[in-house]
Amino acid sequence: MNPKRMKLEPYLLLLPSTIYLVLFFAWPMIQAFSLAFQTDDGQLTLSHIQRMLNDAAFSEAILTTIKFIILIIPIQFILALVMALLMMEHLRGSNFLVYIYAIPLAVSDLAAGIIWFSIFTERGYLNSFLSALGLIDKPFIFLNYTTPWPIVAVVLAEVWRATSIVFVILVAGLQSIPRDYTEAAEVFGANYLARIRHVILPMLKPSIQVALILRTLLAVQVFAVVLALAGRGVKVLAAEAYRWHGEYRNPHMAAAYAMFILAISLITALFYLRALRSTEQSVL
Amino acid sequence: MSKTFLPSRLIGRGFTYLTAILIVLWILIPIYLITVAAFTPREMIYDFPKELVPKVFSTDTMRFFLGAYKVLESFRNSVIVAIISVVLSITIGAPAGYALARYAFRGKDVYSIAILSTRAFPVVILSIPLAVTFIRWGMYDSVFSVALLHVAMALPTTILVTSSVFLGVSRELEEAAMTLGCSHLQAVLRVVLPLSLPGLAASAIFTFVLSWNEVFAATILTLFNRTLPALLIVQIDQSPIAYRFAGGFFILIPAVVFMFFIRKYLFTLWGITLK
Repeated sequence: MNPKRMKLEPYLLLLPSTIYLVLFFAWPMIQAFSLAFQTDDGQLTLSHIQRMLNDAAFSEAILTTIKFIILIIPIQFILALVMALLMMEHLRGSNFLVYIYAIPLAVSDLAAGIIWFSIFTERGYLNSFLSALGLIDKPFIFLNYTTPWPIVAVVLAEVWRATSIVFVILVAGLQSIPRDYTEAAEVFGANYLARIRHVILPMLKPSIQVALILRTLLAVQVFAVVLALAGRGVKVLAAEAYRWHGEYRNPHMAAAYAMFILAISLITALFYLRALRSTEQSVL
Repeated sequence: MSKTFLPSRLIGRGFTYLTAILIVLWILIPIYLITVAAFTPREMIYDFPKELVPKVFSTDTMRFFLGAYKVLESFRNSVIVAIISVVLSITIGAPAGYALARYAFRGKDVYSIAILSTRAFPVVILSIPLAVTFIRWGMYDSVFSVALLHVAMALPTTILVTSSVFLGVSRELEEAAMTLGCSHLQAVLRVVLPLSLPGLAASAIFTFVLSWNEVFAATILTLFNRTLPALLIVQIDQSPIAYRFAGGFFILIPAVVFMFFIRKYLFTLWGITLK
């Protein structure tokens, strides 16, 4: 094999994926930009963005998204941390546990929405359970969007479905913490909670960062769970984009929503990267 | 904990197991309930209160769903989209993964970072501009177009996963094959590929599940040739609940089964962002 060919090979191997990602990733991104900021005859305009900002559904969608982020993410992180710490306990049957805990990774948001719909719907399993306990005598209508219950249902469905990804990321992070650290802390008299707080959590910071970014991005794009559980009663950004595209046949507005989702995703990613990096430096 | 007396340690241990089991129940009970719902006879689906432990088992509701308008056709579309996505993402992604695993070259870091940072982008929103483009190209409403977007979603993971799979195959074996007279390509095809087959299969299953589950892009990019999730969601408000329960169960099951096959690769597939 001559040295010149050696040099060329990796580039040839990377070429197909690079072309593909430029064509179907970078280019549509630019297209989304021009759809959101141009009129049909190619003039630059902010009118689509303005129209979106004035859309009543827009502010409602933002508010719902913020509610989801505030409610879902802390519950998920605590639950995932508990699940991950359980893995470190070397329980009997822990291989089985990992499989069960990971099942929701493969469950789609639509399936999760339908599953929780079967629980929360009027003649569903939650009402049946409450009635079996004798707490109610006729079904309570949970999925009524004048009450906060549809939000609760979506939060539970999302916690159920998407805690596993946080769990997997945290377990991978925990496995990279040397045993000596926690053992040393134990020798110095740190109890379990103190060890978690002062040894494990600081060492887990990079994993937590990754998981936080991932989870926030997913929360901003939430779509099928909401549609399956709450129909149109609860408004979210992705569903608005879908509606402008599919029902009002307005790709400009759909793209404006898409650009907005993109913008907050990138801003959150940068925010987390900065915030967690600076605390790390201050610890050092 | 180690300094405490035995009884309290036992209690602690018992508490740990109890927590572990409660979380198992939290995950399995909803799956159990949708399964019960999907196998409840159709005339009993509106019954209240529902039996938490069913007395009647019937495939009536499932048959009703599978016989409903366009369901089988959409099921077929979903499978086709997923297969195209798997084939394309492996053929395009695995060579890149191999390059990252085996070569040191200029621009390697830039490429890896670019691939990793695609994760900060909500890929599904690309379906909106792509819908406009596909209409212009006359490719709108086709299973192939949906697959093209699913590949864009799966490709970064495929590249990173295949790269770590190839890293796990010893370079010496590859070089030994070449000293024994194989060309480089032959060494890859006859030595490296067979050894990395389980890992590549896991990556393929990952893409299959991603595509099978994906609903937003599939809904935006199709009109008549829906995939199954797209078909379900566009009529979710109007469909009878028997249809919804059976549909939810039907799209859930392959995911759970596939998860079983890739359980060994969990951390490679989903934990990879850490690198």
